[in-house]
Amino acid sequence: MKTYILTSLKLTAVMIIICSVLYPLLIAGIAKTAPGGGKGETIEVNGKVVGYANIGQKFTADKYFWSRPSAVNYNAAGSGGSNKGPSNPAYLKDVQAKIDTFLVHNPGVNKADIPAELVTASGSGLDPDLSPEGALVQVKRVAKTRNISEEKVKQLVESKIEKPLLGMFGPAKVNVLKLNVALDNIR
Amino acid sequence: MNTELIGVIATFAITVLLAIPLGKYIAKVFNNEKTILDFIAPVERFIFRICGIDTSKEMNWKQHLMALLTINMLWFVYAFVLLYTQGSLFLNPDGNPSMTSDLTFNTAISFLVNCNLQDYSGETGATYLTQLFVFNFLMFVSAATGIAALVVVFNAMRDKVTDKLGNFFVIFTKTITRILLPLSIVIAVLLVFNGTPASFHGKDSIITMQGDTVQVSRGPAAGMIAIKHLGTNGGGWFGANSAHPLENPNYFTNMLEMVVQVLIPIAMIFALGFYIKRKKFSYVIFGVMTIGMLTLLIPTMMAEMNGNPAITAMGIDQHSGATEGKEVRFGAAASGYWSIVTTIISTGSVNSMHDSSMPLSGNMQLLGMMVNSFYGGCGVGILNYYIFIIIAVFISGLMVGRTPEFLGRKIEAREMKIATLIALLHPFIILVGTAISSFTLVHYPNADWAVKPSTWLNNPGYHGFSEMLYQYTSCAANNGSGFEGLGDNNVFWNVTTGFVLILGRYLPIIGPLAIAGILAKKKYIPESAGTLRTDTGTFGLMTYAVIMIIAALAFFPALVLGPIAEYFSLYHH
Repeated sequence: MKTYILTSLKLTAVMIIICSVLYPLLIAGIAKTAPGGGKGETIEVNGKVVGYANIGQKFTADKYFWSRPSAVNYNAAGSGGSNKGPSNPAYLKDVQAKIDTFLVHNPGVNKADIPAELVTASGSGLDPDLSPEGALVQVKRVAKTRNISEEKVKQLVESKIEKPLLGMFGPAKVNVLKLNVALDNIR
Repeated sequence: MNTELIGVIATFAITVLLAIPLGKYIAKVFNNEKTILDFIAPVERFIFRICGIDTSKEMNWKQHLMALLTINMLWFVYAFVLLYTQGSLFLNPDGNPSMTSDLTFNTAISFLVNCNLQDYSGETGATYLTQLFVFNFLMFVSAATGIAALVVVFNAMRDKVTDKLGNFFVIFTKTITRILLPLSIVIAVLLVFNGTPASFHGKDSIITMQGDTVQVSRGPAAGMIAIKHLGTNGGGWFGANSAHPLENPNYFTNMLEMVVQVLIPIAMIFALGFYIKRKKFSYVIFGVMTIGMLTLLIPTMMAEMNGNPAITAMGIDQHSGATEGKEVRFGAAASGYWSIVTTIISTGSVNSMHDSSMPLSGNMQLLGMMVNSFYGGCGVGILNYYIFIIIAVFISGLMVGRTPEFLGRKIEAREMKIATLIALLHPFIILVGTAISSFTLVHYPNADWAVKPSTWLNNPGYHGFSEMLYQYTSCAANNGSGFEGLGDNNVFWNVTTGFVLILGRYLPIIGPLAIAGILAKKKYIPESAGTLRTDTGTFGLMTYAVIMIIAALAFFPALVLGPIAEYFSLYHH
């Protein structure tokens, strides 16, 4: 037992140096050469940072494409989902209310065309993306609010659709922040 | 076929294709054969010298256990002190506070036992110091502990009579230097080039396009996210774990994290075959475990991809499946797949919120942790499975009227008693825990505590019961995922789950180690025509049946009260 304690103490010290000092420093060093330098990739407009490429932000104005509902109000000082169970009556009422709100802001949209992600909260509360359908269903509203042709806005959305990985794996998506930055550039 | 399904199938195929050569490599490492990483040998010799480890001194199973428990106890004290004082220590750019005593108790144990249940949130409850020096550290050493325990059992399965089963400290060290560290570096580098942060800068503050001021938590996260998966630990840097867009930025990193968390558990199965030169035996184990995984996976993926029927009834478009608690970039298929692999092995990281899963998926996630050996955690998965093998050998021996033998050793009363105790321990601590919490909730909802029991649950009815059942199951299985709606950061939950965590970790290591050690000293009986072969499909099916019967008999009533009742209320009302 005594021999084990001494050996354990020394081995623990060595492993702390390897796993908690050298390893993170090595990765931090390598990260300096990665996009964003390991600090997270930002998006700038006219030299001003307007957000992080991978972190969603709140868009509620009619002139922008809306993001998904968020349980943490898109403040990335924290993160998390609603943790509502699928059969929770209060939760289902809340989803119904979100559908109604969406329909009020998007007159002329068919209910069957609203993808579920627009009325359900993401896991992180910071989801940066929408499905292509989630963006396309908002084209009409955005075009009308901005007085641009629907065709032009639709083309913009389609140009911002990111295909599945290697064209084969996973879903297609649209980064809402990047889409809205591009939208502001249309005159 | 749609791209979401192809992504999942490709992920599993890549996992197996990588696990086979890795298994061969692991067998070589512990057999002291030549490998490509032999240039590390001088470093290892240096470590052994300064730590006073005599590599030629082999230990018997009791000495192994003593060494394992001694070093684990030291880590607990070390972790406890740092977490309890983190608020006044360095590397705390966000100024986060120290943990309360009950939260410290729970968190130190949780990371020590490879569970990584997190009753705190990474952004606000930990500092860069504790993330790196406690969590990141314990992720390496707890995974290495599990693997080392398994290698001791491998040594005992060889066909010679011995009580010399290798040196614990040597196996432990080599697990880190030869397996965990090199692979973690590769994974972490892939993560940082895909957008995961790895710098020591604190929170950033930005003004969004709509003019809101928000903060963005960051930190040296990539390294921890690599080992959190490789070592089947699962504790997230951020609160939302791998649903967080910095912790898991895109579909590629999602595939990467899904592959590497299953990699070592599967590789260890193949390593067993190469190591004791019984490849067929390991193929049978792999087959049974894979069938077990599919049993849970297929219904889950179907349920998630079909979406919530209550929302379908509202008349909106659910073609992308159930989306509550899920991220668009992963989709329902990959989220369903992740939720099963993370529960059948003991990772417990999440890329979607399990509390919002469909009832059938929740049921399968629970079953995955209740069985806890369809692949299972780093090292400990096969140790759990070993117990089921012993029971299956005994039962089938009785059925055909032969003396139960396993790999040339007789299974007798003593081994059976240990195996049965360990097999029953798991349901015991889960169900007793859930019963106590349910009783407290029903009879003392307004107890005068800081957090009243009546506020524990985030969902009413059957689902609320599932939240409590899930918490104890996750702790007993050393998994760490949660139905996160449960209000678990308070004295009741921190303390009760803390004890479940300890029992659920060490007894299932001690049991198999004891059985293997006892068997290794018994007379070796060469196989003959009368031997019940354990490397056949028939025996594999027998093991599968034993696992399912034990799980079904023990847990079915509890599952009926939770997810199964919710299923029927949602689909057939």
